[in-house]
Amino acid sequence: MPEITLRINHKTGLHARPAAMFVQTANKYKAAIKVQHGKREANAKSIMGILTLGASQGAEVTIQAEGSDAEQALSGLRELVEGNFGEQS
Amino acid sequence: MKILRGIPASRGISIGPAFQFKKGELRIVRYQVEDPAAEIQRFEGALEQARRELAQVLEKAQAETDAGTASIFEAHALMLEDPDFLAAIQEKIKSGALNAEAAVADATETYAQMLDAMEDEYLQARAADIRDVGMRVVRILLKLGDSPISGLDRPAVILAEELTPSDTISLDKSLVLGFCTAGGGPIAHVAILARQLGLPAVVGMGLDILNIPDLSAVVVDGDEGTLLVEPDAATLAKKRAQAASQLEKGAKARKHASDPAVTRDGQRVEVAANIGDVEGARVALESGAEGVGLLRTEFLYLERAHMPDEEEQYQAYRAILDAFGSLPVILRTLDIGGDKNLPYLSLPKEMNPFLGLRAIRLCLARPEIFKPQLKAALRAGAGHNLKLMFPMVATVAEVRAARAILEECRSELSGSGQPIADQIEIGIMVEIPAAVIMADKLATEVDFFSIGTNDLSQYTMAADRTSSSVSALANAFQPAVLRLVRDIVNTAHQHGKWVGMCGELAGEPLAIPLLLGLGLDELSMNPPAIPLAKQILRNLTLEEARGIAQAALELDSPEAVRSWLESKYPL
Repeated sequence: MPEITLRINHKTGLHARPAAMFVQTANKYKAAIKVQHGKREANAKSIMGILTLGASQGAEVTIQAEGSDAEQALSGLRELVEGNFGEQS
Repeated sequence: MKILRGIPASRGISIGPAFQFKKGELRIVRYQVEDPAAEIQRFEGALEQARRELAQVLEKAQAETDAGTASIFEAHALMLEDPDFLAAIQEKIKSGALNAEAAVADATETYAQMLDAMEDEYLQARAADIRDVGMRVVRILLKLGDSPISGLDRPAVILAEELTPSDTISLDKSLVLGFCTAGGGPIAHVAILARQLGLPAVVGMGLDILNIPDLSAVVVDGDEGTLLVEPDAATLAKKRAQAASQLEKGAKARKHASDPAVTRDGQRVEVAANIGDVEGARVALESGAEGVGLLRTEFLYLERAHMPDEEEQYQAYRAILDAFGSLPVILRTLDIGGDKNLPYLSLPKEMNPFLGLRAIRLCLARPEIFKPQLKAALRAGAGHNLKLMFPMVATVAEVRAARAILEECRSELSGSGQPIADQIEIGIMVEIPAAVIMADKLATEVDFFSIGTNDLSQYTMAADRTSSSVSALANAFQPAVLRLVRDIVNTAHQHGKWVGMCGELAGEPLAIPLLLGLGLDELSMNPPAIPLAKQILRNLTLEEARGIAQAALELDSPEAVRSWLESKYPL
């Protein structure tokens, strides 16, 4: 199963608007996507799951995807996170 | 008749039936269903309706409020799409044969408690959001209508424990006669909203008001800070007469609200509005404001978990500036610290917050907070008549430092190709006696002054205006405060600079002749106060106002000043 590890640089962390954008992006793909932060794991398509990860600024998250468009899903999420959720850092 | 007392938060008298605003404590009955598949269908129907309702609320919030409030409802919409949340509910119905209401309530509580247990304050606050969303679905399942306030079907006085922005957004404002809350202070959200809408409000009344039955006849008096329950006929008649005469005066003044305020001998005074968001801008223009004398920017920063970024601020300022076209808008940079703290700035606790790191002091110490605001303002000001004003200035060095940061922002933006405001008048709030004493030096650094009477009174009298035992000392009618107003106006005029006033005193009808006589060039107030202020100015001459002011400055107590003004210009 393909997986990537990304660092959240956004000052808000994976909360509020970035969390919403993360879920909306994940929803574009059919793949099942899991996000891990420390001991916690969440469904990338669940806003409550993402919020309860508690991933603040500087946190590292590991994302795993499974399904026909798994690679596309990972690169879509990578683009979002590395592009700092569309904001200047 | 019963009389309840609280803190007067917004002027006026309203008479009408009481309406208890209850945050739906719903009774949820648990039972086993015979046909779980049918129950899941019932749940999905309710879910669809909840999504539709939320889309409408979101639209309303986007039109009426700031981006911060709107984003709350955006998050709510996403929660209704959450696959884990929905699966948990369906699982409870399918394998537990549980009724939909109980299944939704259980799943909601599981997630809410998970969020409650998080360390981050922002996430803890989201627990209230998921409960809000869950209860919306339950309410639909119980066929109780879309929100608790939908029970408001006739004009009424709203009684509540507290009212948050998400509560008031659901209120049909045209049916609200006034507000009374058990908690809250004069700067609570509901108090500010009431002043913007021109409705009476009394806050901090205690929990007793929650025992008043719905539809009881009540009189809310925002001048006295009282709520009369089932008043006797004589009292009711007296209050009716008072309310009618206020209404009549208001209507008369409003007819001429948009005319300029020119005294009988030709002196023009600019009458502007104090506002805090786009809704305020609309009310201000309807009330005849000739601009904004104080745009409070704190609304963008409060009740949220993170700093608003430059883009969000730009959008918010732009919307307000667009509403005012070419009229002047004075934006006050962030005035935080003191009694207003923000959790995400993690400011150190201070022994004397009012004498501590607040307003311009904080902004100069933390340019990462200050610069996004200045940049957003510079961008939003392009093509508009924007002026900037710094709060809590005590020294010339502070003005120079703030101007240097502004220039830094300007040069950083100029490479980006975005349009920015090129000429901006820069002013300071006069709130600290030191600024009055140094006014001649400050006058060479700024284009204008604006007097903040609330803080100027508190710092002049060394009396904490939030402490009930000494707040009476911090009174803008104190002759000491009035003499400082005289001094700052005289010094500024000698240097060819104009002076406005944006504190509470500027909107006080009794004070208008005095302020005209002291030579203020601009008065800025809560929008509902504008029509009457203009009317009073039109009835005066500058000559007689000067006489009134000179004599007032010779009096020795605030009581003497008030009764002198009442004798010269009975309202």
